[in-house]
Amino acid sequence: MKHTFSVLVENRAGVLSRIAGLFARRAFNIESLAVGITEDPAFSRVTIVAEGSDYTVEQVEKQLNKLIDVIKVRTINPAELISRELVLIKVNAGQTERSDIMNIAEIMDAKILDISRATMTLELADTSERIDLFTELLRPFAIREIARTGTVALQKGTDTISVKK
Amino acid sequence: MITGAQAMVKCLESEGVEVVFGYPGAAICPFYDSLTASAIHHILVRQEQNGGHSANGYARIANKPGVCIATSGPGATNLITALATAYMDSIPMVAITGQVATDVLGRDVFQEADITGAAEPFTKHSYLVKDVNELPRVFKEAFYIAATGRPGPVLIDVPVDIQRRELSKEFKYPDQVQIIGYKPSIKGHNLQIKKVADALSNAKKPLICVGGGAFAAEGHEMVRRLAEEYNIPAISTMMGIGVFPSSHPLYMGMLGMHGVKHANQIVREADLLMIIGARVGDRAVSSPDVISPNTTIVHIDIDPAEIGKNIGTTIPLVGDCRTVIHQLIEHCNSHNRPGDFSEWTQYVRGLRDTYTPDTSPREYGINPKYFLRRLSEKMPDDAVYVADVGQNQIWSANHIRIRKGRFLTSGGMGTMGYSVPAAIGAKLADPKREVIAGCGDGSFQMQMMELATICQDQVGVKIIIFRNRKLGMVKEIQKKSYGSRYIATSLEGDPNFTVLASAYGIPSESIKASEEIDGAIERLLSANGPFVLECVVDPEESSI
Ligand SMILES: Cc1ncc(C[n+]2csc(CCOP(=O)(O)OP(=O)(O)O)c2C)c(N)n1
Ligand SMILES: [Mg+2]
Repeated sequence: MKHTFSVLVENRAGVLSRIAGLFARRAFNIESLAVGITEDPAFSRVTIVAEGSDYTVEQVEKQLNKLIDVIKVRTINPAELISRELVLIKVNAGQTERSDIMNIAEIMDAKILDISRATMTLELADTSERIDLFTELLRPFAIREIARTGTVALQKGTDTISVKK
Repeated sequence: MITGAQAMVKCLESEGVEVVFGYPGAAICPFYDSLTASAIHHILVRQEQNGGHSANGYARIANKPGVCIATSGPGATNLITALATAYMDSIPMVAITGQVATDVLGRDVFQEADITGAAEPFTKHSYLVKDVNELPRVFKEAFYIAATGRPGPVLIDVPVDIQRRELSKEFKYPDQVQIIGYKPSIKGHNLQIKKVADALSNAKKPLICVGGGAFAAEGHEMVRRLAEEYNIPAISTMMGIGVFPSSHPLYMGMLGMHGVKHANQIVREADLLMIIGARVGDRAVSSPDVISPNTTIVHIDIDPAEIGKNIGTTIPLVGDCRTVIHQLIEHCNSHNRPGDFSEWTQYVRGLRDTYTPDTSPREYGINPKYFLRRLSEKMPDDAVYVADVGQNQIWSANHIRIRKGRFLTSGGMGTMGYSVPAAIGAKLADPKREVIAGCGDGSFQMQMMELATICQDQVGVKIIIFRNRKLGMVKEIQKKSYGSRYIATSLEGDPNFTVLASAYGIPSESIKASEEIDGAIERLLSANGPFVLECVVDPEESSI
């Protein structure tokens, strides 16, 4: 099963390598990882999506918590999860394909960022599954290049995962 | 203003550090230069790994972090085995390494090694100091992190230019640490305490299994009190040897692959197993079916990550074992005192008493098991025995009898070459105590350069070498599992160890017959300084 971990860390050199090293060392598989600064620039939030059993989840949480730079670890309950990834896709688009691609973009709520004689570059921010779908829909047009971020996530409602509390 | 190097020394002084173990080099020279003005006693080891092991032995007897020092590059990488050894056994240590200057960091200059990166899996935490003003905070945190919670080694890597640079503010050693992400829980959760107390009052056949964590929390007396208060029998892992005196009426010996049969048998029969400060690693419990599925398992540990890692746990209890067990006893005494376990206790004691160690003389060489039992009888009550790795470790674990002393060994890592340097550290931590290192002929040769350290600083440790001319434990594996196809386990090229000892001016003796044992032990123990005793052992002698 897939799990989304939200990890608050001190914004210091070496933190990311400690986290990545821990996953590698303990044979936990990372599907995606995204890091960015939080509302307080002293802290960063690392969002990790990883595959594993309940045992793995428990160990990931506990081992992450042992890292001194890690302030808080939370596994986000799937029912509470709001998540987004960002993808940029450059697809072959000559005159004949353009309108079909624009149709797909419209249905998927994607943006067209760039257009040239032979290509179009599209942007979509959505859940991982919808981005997979979008990619599949564009595949018949011959995708030239994809750049995709890891998942970032928050919980629904008023609850936060923050340094205080 | 003072320099970074002076600040480093002041930090150590502020921590009350009296002895450090190290080996210099260019990148740590400013620090060493400042050490000339300090009363801190520096022990020059003969290899950095041994400096780490000495700090380890020191920490375990002094009950505070041991300090070791190395230069950048090869000095630092030589430390890694010692860091890993301390990490696996949760020993508090602060390692200080020199590093190349900050303006060339990352350019692969002479003697540059990314030591914080390389040691990452083997340290509780590490620092690469890039601002000289951070030194006091970093040292304060390092000592705090090393010693609290689940103890472990912390590394401080200090570039040479940072050591030379002047602080821009007045040196002030912080009184407190502020680490948001590090708050080890000391007290046990009341609800969990109650659950454990209930389990104990429902139990008919409870058993305590204690590990090295009990010493970390200085909780060994509390564990003993728990056993005595309610008449609960106990076994230990290798790291937990010495929590109970070997002949304690409730102590049944060491469990596991190399433990005693009856200890493993009662683990299977117990209906409540209380694991205290132990990881329950694969050497202790090799497969899950060793423990019956009907057994209630209570796991008391300061590290929540240990609970459920190796063994399924019915009732987890996180906290410092001394505090938590105290809470448990209070709760039991005021709410529900457990029942009477005397029938069970008598039964397990009966099993233990049917065990008679094989102390018969051998045709060739001495019987190491008998030797260790004789040594135990004659050594002072509070002696520290440091066991190395190999068959000799198993002989020592099962046959050294601890009264008020300690049994130190590299349990988690099984690092050959641990005993002599660790014994040096232990002796310096408590010079009045008798400290004895017991090692194999193979392991001795991984550490024999430390005889020079012993001479230079007049460290009166006693060394026993069990000489079977083999890497005995590996040979035993080859015999059992590889059709006796022996390879790379014969030590035919070895020198004469007594001649070697005399080259250092250390008195020594070699024995190979039972009749010689008592006299040799007498001379070993009465020697005023170091002593080397070689015991010739039959290469066919088995571990158990
Ligand atoms: C540094 C290191 N290298 C290799 C091993 C693997 N090993 C475990 S026991 C052993 C043999 C030890 O030989 P010796 O010190 O003579 O002890 P004996 O078993 O003969 O008592 C070896 C090589 C180890 N534990 N540590
Ligand atoms: Mg040997």
